[in-house]
Amino acid sequence: MAKVEREGSVSEGELREFLREMLLIRRFEEKVEERFRAGELPGFLHVAIGQEAVAVGVCSALGEDDVFASTHRAHGHTLARGTHPNHVMAELYGKLEGCSRGYGGSMHLYDVERGNMGANAVVGGGLPAVTGAALAFKLRGEARVALAFFGDGATNIGTFHEALNLAQLWRVPAVFVCENNAWAESTPASQHMPITDMSDRALAFGMEAISVYGQDVEEVRAATERALQHARSGEGPVFMDVETYRLTGHYVGDPQVYRPKGELDELRETQDPIDRLRERLGLADEELERIDREVTEIVEESVRFAKAGTDPAPEDALKNVYA
Amino acid sequence: MRELTLVEAVNDALHVELERDGSVLVLGEDVGRAGGVFRATAGLLDRFGPDRCVDTPLAEAGILGTAVGLCMAGWRPVCEMQYDAFSYPCLDQLITHVGRYRWRTGGGMDFPITIRMPYGGGVRAPELHDDSPETYYVHTPGVKVAIPATPADAKGLLAAAVRDPDPVVVLEPKLVYRTARGEVPEGEYVVQLGQARLAREGSDLTLVAYGAMVGVAERAADVLEASVEVLDLRTLKPLDEEALLASAAKTGRVVLVQEAPRTCGYAAELAAVLAEKAILDLRGPVLRVTGYDVPYPYWAIEDAYMPSVARVVDAARRLLAFA
Repeated sequence: MAKVEREGSVSEGELREFLREMLLIRRFEEKVEERFRAGELPGFLHVAIGQEAVAVGVCSALGEDDVFASTHRAHGHTLARGTHPNHVMAELYGKLEGCSRGYGGSMHLYDVERGNMGANAVVGGGLPAVTGAALAFKLRGEARVALAFFGDGATNIGTFHEALNLAQLWRVPAVFVCENNAWAESTPASQHMPITDMSDRALAFGMEAISVYGQDVEEVRAATERALQHARSGEGPVFMDVETYRLTGHYVGDPQVYRPKGELDELRETQDPIDRLRERLGLADEELERIDREVTEIVEESVRFAKAGTDPAPEDALKNVYA
Repeated sequence: MRELTLVEAVNDALHVELERDGSVLVLGEDVGRAGGVFRATAGLLDRFGPDRCVDTPLAEAGILGTAVGLCMAGWRPVCEMQYDAFSYPCLDQLITHVGRYRWRTGGGMDFPITIRMPYGGGVRAPELHDDSPETYYVHTPGVKVAIPATPADAKGLLAAAVRDPDPVVVLEPKLVYRTARGEVPEGEYVVQLGQARLAREGSDLTLVAYGAMVGVAERAADVLEASVEVLDLRTLKPLDEEALLASAAKTGRVVLVQEAPRTCGYAAELAAVLAEKAILDLRGPVLRVTGYDVPYPYWAIEDAYMPSVARVVDAARRLLAFA
């Protein structure tokens, strides 16, 4: 399970675009936290602060016709795939203009046009569907890949094992991306996994596994490209163990009493993917500030858009249960 | 017209529907080479190949979850659950996802999934091979439920389920898989969902039943000295309320028969509908003949559990004693 070496396939221009996207996700998530504290958004929000490089590195590698399924921590993946921040924010505000028309909310963001098969409030719930979509592509001879995001906590759930077993058995073009942030809600990996190397999970199915450091967007991008190529070429699915860090609570408002004292401060100091990329690019303060102002305005506009949106009528809830 | 058994009619429906529509495929445990433990899928593998008749490992959540992904990519999957109680591992996928996707996406996604399974007792099987789980499915928003009692309806309802744009659970009464024999139209044949069948006309009392209990009700009607109507519901959801209320208005006396445990069983819902909408037509209380609130008992005592002709006759006589 060799660590992916930097392959240098990403241009500096693309890296700057990655930085902009990662910063957009960061500012979006901070705004979500702020609007929650202001009482405008209800709770049950999971933000992806700290995991931006995974979302951007993976989604930037996906082909236009590829599909993916997300998790309860879905805002970053959805934004990185290109769903407009206005439509994501409007969804959080429960408006008809939201990407799930105000029916899904934070944990059920959909965007069929962009191959977003949906976020999922049930941990591990979307994994078998990714195997199914990949099987569909294989049966039709289409060169498409279905990709799943999930956390380390999801690897303890039955659907994870069923989905990976079926995927490898049928050699379908699927990629399973484990955002391994070492916390299942408030439970540390040491208490929820009997193994230390997550990629051992894949070995049980004879599945190709790649370990990658998820705070480095270039590494994530390169590893995802390799995984997608493997899957697309008909060699079967790939498991990606992506080491990442949740630089915030499980949910917005989480007091995080379970974290060792000082851990969060230290991680923010050492594991911030945006700091890392900025250093790599040698970006001057004023340039970063310019990008920051730009994405901050996009986020502000998304809140204005969402607040001006249309509330669903109660009778709307009766629609769409059946065709 | 040719005569088939109920399970032969299921097999016929699958052959016709797979022939008619190239996007229909069957997946389940032992459905391929073995042709299913009850032979419901016999011949499909040879006729349509392994891509359209997919043998899966023992993984019910994986099977239904795979079907979800197949739907997202344009297939119309028909999942076989080998036995009624083996469907419980897929209940999570059904309740949390399959029944909700259309609603959650504001009508943006279709899930034309059929889930079929043999169900019910009386076959001298051990526990977990004889459950009547219909209420779990009926109670799940976004899911339709059909239960045939005759070979013709087994074919027609299954065809309707396969063509329906919504998820449909079809429960097949395994007790009469090979004993129910009757005329079945050749070629394409559809029985619309949501339409009950008047199995027998009468004027003094209505026996309402579905699945294997229709035969029990008919035999009870033979014994009773009154003019007894037997209503075979065929579809539990959507319920043919019109047919139920029309029969109640005609006879004024209704006995409901279900083999599932009593509390909150489907008969309780029927009784509630009658209480709300037929109270002035009724000449006595609505009575229920049901299984008991226990796990399905081992074969030596299962006859005491199952609603029998004697129990139905007894309930009917008690009701007929009202003016």
